[in-house]
Amino acid sequence: MKNTILTLMLFVLLMIGVFGAQKYLNAYLIRILNTACIYVVAAVAYNLINGVTGQFSLGPNAFMAIGGYTVALLMLPLAQKEEVYFLQPLIWPLNSFSFPPSLFIVALFLGGLFAALFAFLIGIPTLRLRGDYLAIATFGFGEIVIVLANNLIPITNGALGIKGIPEYTNLWWTANWAFWTVFVIKNLVNSSFGRALKAIREDEIAAEAMGVNLFRHKLLAFALSGFFAGVAGGLFVTLISTVSPTLFTFSMTFNLLIIIVLGGLGSITGSTVTAILFAFLQELLREVEAPHTIGSWTFPGIPGMRMVVFSVILVILMIFYRRGLFGQRELSFESVFLLFRKRRKVHA
Amino acid sequence: MKDTVLQVEDLHVFYGGIHALKGVSLSVPQGTIVALIGANGAGKSTTLRTISGLVRAKRGRISFEGKDITEELPHRIVEMGIAMVPEGRRIFPNLTVMENLLLGAYTRRDSQGLKRDLDWVFTLFPRLKERTWQKGGTLSGGEQQMLAVARALMSRPRLLMMDEPSLGLAPLLVREIFDIIRELCENGVTILLIEQNAKAALEIAHYAYVLETGRIVLEGEGKKLLEDERVRKAYLGEE
Repeated sequence: MKNTILTLMLFVLLMIGVFGAQKYLNAYLIRILNTACIYVVAAVAYNLINGVTGQFSLGPNAFMAIGGYTVALLMLPLAQKEEVYFLQPLIWPLNSFSFPPSLFIVALFLGGLFAALFAFLIGIPTLRLRGDYLAIATFGFGEIVIVLANNLIPITNGALGIKGIPEYTNLWWTANWAFWTVFVIKNLVNSSFGRALKAIREDEIAAEAMGVNLFRHKLLAFALSGFFAGVAGGLFVTLISTVSPTLFTFSMTFNLLIIIVLGGLGSITGSTVTAILFAFLQELLREVEAPHTIGSWTFPGIPGMRMVVFSVILVILMIFYRRGLFGQRELSFESVFLLFRKRRKVHA
Repeated sequence: MKDTVLQVEDLHVFYGGIHALKGVSLSVPQGTIVALIGANGAGKSTTLRTISGLVRAKRGRISFEGKDITEELPHRIVEMGIAMVPEGRRIFPNLTVMENLLLGAYTRRDSQGLKRDLDWVFTLFPRLKERTWQKGGTLSGGEQQMLAVARALMSRPRLLMMDEPSLGLAPLLVREIFDIIRELCENGVTILLIEQNAKAALEIAHYAYVLETGRIVLEGEGKKLLEDERVRKAYLGEE
């Protein structure tokens, strides 16, 4: 009960923050905040399968792509559909309808569900594999989806991608999805189902001996993770108004992997905090990719330098602080109160 | 004559091409401790793993309280009332003691009885109660073994199977664990015990089977086997 009220208060606070941000911040900062929120959704979802359940998947980019394309195809206005698909016409029935703006939420859910369905179907053969084998199989699936996106021209418009997707995503949408994703996954992890997922991560054989149905649990976690990844993809394409295969290549998975490892595998708090940090760092580090003049020396800009910086951070962290910023710990209302109580005792 | 809880008949198990169990038959009567002793690789663990559904039998029949469970899945077998303390304890190191215990009760849905059983295992293992918020991996070896037993008890099993509970424990702790096993039996839990420590196992077992390369070569009351010359030579290291 106390937690429900606190959660609601936090939600109201967040919404006030969004209201303030919309009113006083410039478009550039709002764009970064939007990206941050989308990263939160994708990273927390990815952490559910990689960190909490301990199944090393390398496929979230595929689920984001599926969600992204689904939402794009549902929301793209008919006139735009005709204009974009000039190589080959869009197949029926996608060419015959388009969702009105009011159905954006439905499109997002469908994008998520479609991604979850794919996760489910992919999970059936691959989740029987363990460790490295699962990583390779999911990585392969990610590549297949990108190749399909490039070649299924009557559906995806190939490498040209889809342009002119209406920009429905704003901070209200992304902040809400970020909040509710964290809420749902945190509650799930703290439930008996979540405990079973953690048991699978810790020791599969012991978990099975406790009566946990390994395959079913892994599959459900994988599909749920796929759902939120799909929604994140959908939010992303309606934020930047375009989708193409290059948007969801393996580098997207790599970004998410950096986020969840830096934050601490298994910690939702960690994923949330580092997802936001990552979005801001990505912008701040643009500086290192720009050309510089020091005295009479001129250094040309090196594109991709940001990833070098991130990778170096990752290497350093893996050497000195392997468990990430938060380890497996979580920030909860209880722990915050406990902290304050301790402080007060120290002062007294 | 007591009711038979577990009945294993002519069990054959293959690991790859290896014929690991060659027709094992045994029965565990209600409210007793039955021990399965034998050397390394005799097939003790395989027998246990087959009963709990983790390994499939090629031939033979396992029945629990009259129901055939040979083809059941592991989680169904736990639900039916067979719990296992796996070899090497296998507690969940990064989860708290409380989480470990609740996972033991994973198949249960009755929160009332669950609370009662939590109190019950805490009276059996008071040391765990002081450490509910500690991570399992930070416990000492003996405490981890107690946690593994307590975790198995949380499913309210009618049959508890223990795989080498004395493994890697100091002699004093071994005695403590065996005292607990006896106490559990007095509490009405039927126990199937696997041990390399033949002496300790035979001392508390009502009935025991000796397994050698996949076959049962000897069986009888625990105390009688303790006096058996073959057993003394092979397993108790006496001349």
